[in-house]
Amino acid sequence: MPYVSNEEAKAAVQERAGEPAAQGRLSRILDSDMFHSFLRSKVTVVAAIGTFILFLLAFLAPWVAPHNPFDLASISILDARVPPVWMEYADPRFILGTDDQGRDLLSGIFYGMRISLIVGFCSVIAAAVLGISLGLIAGYTGGRTDAIIMRIADVQLTFPAILIALLIDGVAAGVFGSIDREVFAFYILIVSLALSFWVQYARTVRGSTMVEKNKEYVQAARVIGIPAIIIMIRHILPNVMGPVMVIATINLALAIVTEATLSFLGVGMPPTQPSLGTLIAIGNDFLYSGEWWIAIFPGLALALLVLNVNLLGDWLRDALNPKLR
Amino acid sequence: MLVGPFRKTENEGKMKTKSLLLAATLLAAGTATAAQAETLKFAFQGTLNALDPYSLNETFTLSSLGNTYEGLTRRGADLAIEPALAERWEIVEPNRWRFYLRKGVKFHNGNDFNAEDVAFSVDRVRSEGSDLTTRVGADVKVEIVDDHTVDFVLTGPNPILHYEWDTFYMMDKEWTTENSAVKVTSASDTTPNYAALNANGTGPFKILSHEAGVKTVYEKFDGWWDEAKHNLDTVEFTPIGSDATRVAALLSGELDMVYPIPVQDIKRINDNAGTRALTGPELRTIFLGMDQMRDELLYSDVKGKNPFKDAKVRQAFYQAIDIEAIKQKVMRDLSTPSAIMISPFLFSKGSEFERYPYDPEGAKKLLADAGYADGFSVGMDCPNDRYVNDEAICQAVAAMLARVGVKVDLNAQPKAKYFAKVLASGGYDTSFYLLGWTPGSLDSWNVLSNLMNCRDEAGKGSPFNLGGFCDAKIDSLTKEVLVEIDPDKRDNLIAEAYQISHDNAYYIPLHQQGLAWGVSDNVELVQRADNQFKFRFVTKK
Amino acid sequence: MIGFATRRLLQAMVVMLVVALLAFTMFRFVGDPINQMVGIETSIEEREALRERLGLNDPIPVQFARFVTQAAQFDFGTSYQFRQPVSELFAKRIPATLELSFTSALFALVVGIPMGIYAGLNRESAISKLFLSVSLVGISLPTFFIGILLIFLFSVTLQWLPSFGRGEVVQVGSWWTTGFLTASGLKALILPSITLGLYQMTLIMRLIRAEMLEVIRTDYIKFARARGLPDRLVHFRHALKNTLVPVITITGLQLGAIIAFATITETVFQWPGMGLMFLQAVQNVDIPIMSAYLLLTAFLFVAINFIVDILYFLIDPRLRVGRP
Repeated sequence: MPYVSNEEAKAAVQERAGEPAAQGRLSRILDSDMFHSFLRSKVTVVAAIGTFILFLLAFLAPWVAPHNPFDLASISILDARVPPVWMEYADPRFILGTDDQGRDLLSGIFYGMRISLIVGFCSVIAAAVLGISLGLIAGYTGGRTDAIIMRIADVQLTFPAILIALLIDGVAAGVFGSIDREVFAFYILIVSLALSFWVQYARTVRGSTMVEKNKEYVQAARVIGIPAIIIMIRHILPNVMGPVMVIATINLALAIVTEATLSFLGVGMPPTQPSLGTLIAIGNDFLYSGEWWIAIFPGLALALLVLNVNLLGDWLRDALNPKLR
Repeated sequence: MLVGPFRKTENEGKMKTKSLLLAATLLAAGTATAAQAETLKFAFQGTLNALDPYSLNETFTLSSLGNTYEGLTRRGADLAIEPALAERWEIVEPNRWRFYLRKGVKFHNGNDFNAEDVAFSVDRVRSEGSDLTTRVGADVKVEIVDDHTVDFVLTGPNPILHYEWDTFYMMDKEWTTENSAVKVTSASDTTPNYAALNANGTGPFKILSHEAGVKTVYEKFDGWWDEAKHNLDTVEFTPIGSDATRVAALLSGELDMVYPIPVQDIKRINDNAGTRALTGPELRTIFLGMDQMRDELLYSDVKGKNPFKDAKVRQAFYQAIDIEAIKQKVMRDLSTPSAIMISPFLFSKGSEFERYPYDPEGAKKLLADAGYADGFSVGMDCPNDRYVNDEAICQAVAAMLARVGVKVDLNAQPKAKYFAKVLASGGYDTSFYLLGWTPGSLDSWNVLSNLMNCRDEAGKGSPFNLGGFCDAKIDSLTKEVLVEIDPDKRDNLIAEAYQISHDNAYYIPLHQQGLAWGVSDNVELVQRADNQFKFRFVTKK
Repeated sequence: MIGFATRRLLQAMVVMLVVALLAFTMFRFVGDPINQMVGIETSIEEREALRERLGLNDPIPVQFARFVTQAAQFDFGTSYQFRQPVSELFAKRIPATLELSFTSALFALVVGIPMGIYAGLNRESAISKLFLSVSLVGISLPTFFIGILLIFLFSVTLQWLPSFGRGEVVQVGSWWTTGFLTASGLKALILPSITLGLYQMTLIMRLIRAEMLEVIRTDYIKFARARGLPDRLVHFRHALKNTLVPVITITGLQLGAIIAFATITETVFQWPGMGLMFLQAVQNVDIPIMSAYLLLTAFLFVAINFIVDILYFLIDPRLRVGRP
């Protein structure tokens, strides 16, 4: 799956057309007048509530989950593959049934969602910081620096997230000697995802910066000798935060889905610390054997989470559109 | 499913007449029969790469090429050694084996098979670049007696000389020389070798086309020396890596046979109309090993000493594992818990051994006696794409050990990285690991010499004794086993070595994993316990 | 113009070199190729001899120089697993990947554009909302899961479509194989194309819809309508034409992405293309295939970027001052 979002593609077009992405088509695209649509806001309200509940469940997992799936001493293989309570041979202890190791699936989903979200947030923040900095520098400095940074971005695009994860995984093992995968898998994922997402921020921010820096107030600031770094942070950055927020939201959804794909390839979170994606990848093996709940429930949870975040992203895009204020 | 041995033809002349008669009948039957050309379509999880029979010592490669090439011997449906390109053999002197070659055998290109080809194949199989150099020792001399008689002269007695010869395939000297393929296709070659892309054997199937990793098409060889029991005209092989897709292709009727199938899908395949699962015991033993060589474990919170050097700790680990639960829940009853490091099918005294009972309380006590009343932590290495449910077994083991206070940090990786870490090339970088072993010769000496002898840090000795334990008695027994001709005495020596390993819990054998193949109801075939799929046993309705 | 093109061309070459260097260094750490090339019983001495023959013991700069020199001549070495020249293997696999990519892009356009137009023109209708929500669900599930669910439904349960492979292929010319000319080949394309194209379809649909919403409110369209032109003509002649420019650009950019990211779909459907070969190569530490794949996708991206840049340069004069 191509990990290029709507925004990124649009931004690329803007950037090439020399148009300021921040105030160009980007913020006008998609659903621009939907904000006023009553029905749409109803959807948004529902999405916001849904997202809030899911986040709450995820981050309070240790307190709300009926079991702790990470406590090996408490799980027993003899409880493996118990169906959900409404089916035959169920066990009332496990509402949504258990997975192949005898872990409670409901608890697994709460904890898994937590891991998915932490991975998502961390990678989005890392990508945004990296992308914004490089975008600001490229756009503001221009010339050779700009060319170098944007060419690095080109190189970056040739490395799919999957490949980056595989490579970083291998390099980490090579550089740090033997590593504890349970700990490192998490950081490897964040670095891989951050490395594959930063380009979108950089391109968008660079486009906006190129426009902003020619405006009179920036010129004036420059003339009175305010250092470039201050100008970038004080004056330019606030003007590009809108599209960045939109990209970040969409990216959060994308990061969660990508992490799931990486789990399928065996470079995501290990099964001892499953994310939603790991749970789906495990459950995949049991789809034909009738133990559908192992894959379907985490799949539903993932779809629900990503859908809600995406809907919020849509709404954010509208809310940040100056035309609609 | 083990079936009786494949009946071999007694008389070649008779066979020829018979096949002529058969051909006549077919002709008489006319176009109706000709139109019903039987095609078998099957899939395996891995790929068939180079066609050179000496370039990779791996079960599936050898199994596939065994339909095209043949050895002096072959193994029947029950794995018994039977004559193939050699009609019979005898030990004329203690160190001289004489093989009488079958007459009238043709290669696919029409050339005759003779003693020259045997001598050539022996030279080639132990030349540089071959991955099967162990098939014939470097000290073995080959003497051609006449066109259809070959002597093998050894430097010492070796009762198992021919045990692996069912996968030591005979090549045609003329064909190989003409196509400048005398050098074995080695991984380091820069130009493609003719023998890697083409095949010319004596077997029941010719290779019609071969695109590595995509598709291989076989066609029946009409000039085969043996009477064909199969009724296939063509065979199509496709590698399908994804378990779910492979099973789907069988369930949807696109393929006639797929293997392996995940144990959890056996029921589904049996319930589905038109397909069934064939299951049986496999010869591979899955076991756990522990680092008993280093003075301090690489991955543990115990510093300054190595808990695995204490037999009590090893036995505690052994008894903490509920093998029946693994069998029932992880393997879905498709495994045979094992007390020794070889399948009982391969060792006459195998059934005399018994596992230590599952006893978590006893395990806790043993740990306390050894000074680890509060347990300790240890890192465990595990492959996640090599053996049946390998990662799930490791996870279950980790949970079971957690119950006796041992914290296991599981590091499950794809086989490429797992083997690079734990084998000699990675410096035996492991404290506790899961591994599987099938002796290629189907004989215990292979197990003793590869897994149970002492080794140094570079791997001299038993290279696959990853934990590096060292027991001088097992070493000396291994040497005796190699030269002992008397089968009973030999088995006693082997049993003694296994007993020492068991008493000291040098290894924790888990089980022999099961074979699971998915087969369409219109196909009859033989599932051999060595997981080799031979087209000559297939009939299609 | 010439100066701009030369500069970009030089930059592109530097990019390729960097990718080559990255690919080369990183693959040293992916795993030990020797273990995948020999059987488990092969002795340590033989393993070491093989390592030596492969040149894996040479100093890293020497290995890199050899790699770049050969790659520049389109010689990517011999695959460790297949023991065939990598360039030949890729030549055989490229048609499969390109046909899949082309079909999925076609699917995305043919389905995405009408849906987008409809949703843009009738933005309050229930069907538009359905399109929007369904497309969101489509991108909320990982590709592999969608693929497996499709196989489960259409191959196993309904038995309508094949679950793997390309079906029957026909040889066209000296090396191209096509599945477009046989019934089984066409049937085999359906599920993988949908799986791969779903994301692009969503992207295109939402893009068109947004563009339509915008264009329809422009004065230009309002005038056209005021002139009394029929709705149909206004919508398709004037409005749609204006929305297509960004769509074409993005499709162009996404084509490279589709080809490079077809790996997952090819794995799920056992589609014999480059992506499948690449993932298998990763599993088997087949370094020559991995490097070649990476260089090939890098080349593709760089080439598309280069062409798009030049086109924009020609179309948009503002660029001539704005960018180096």
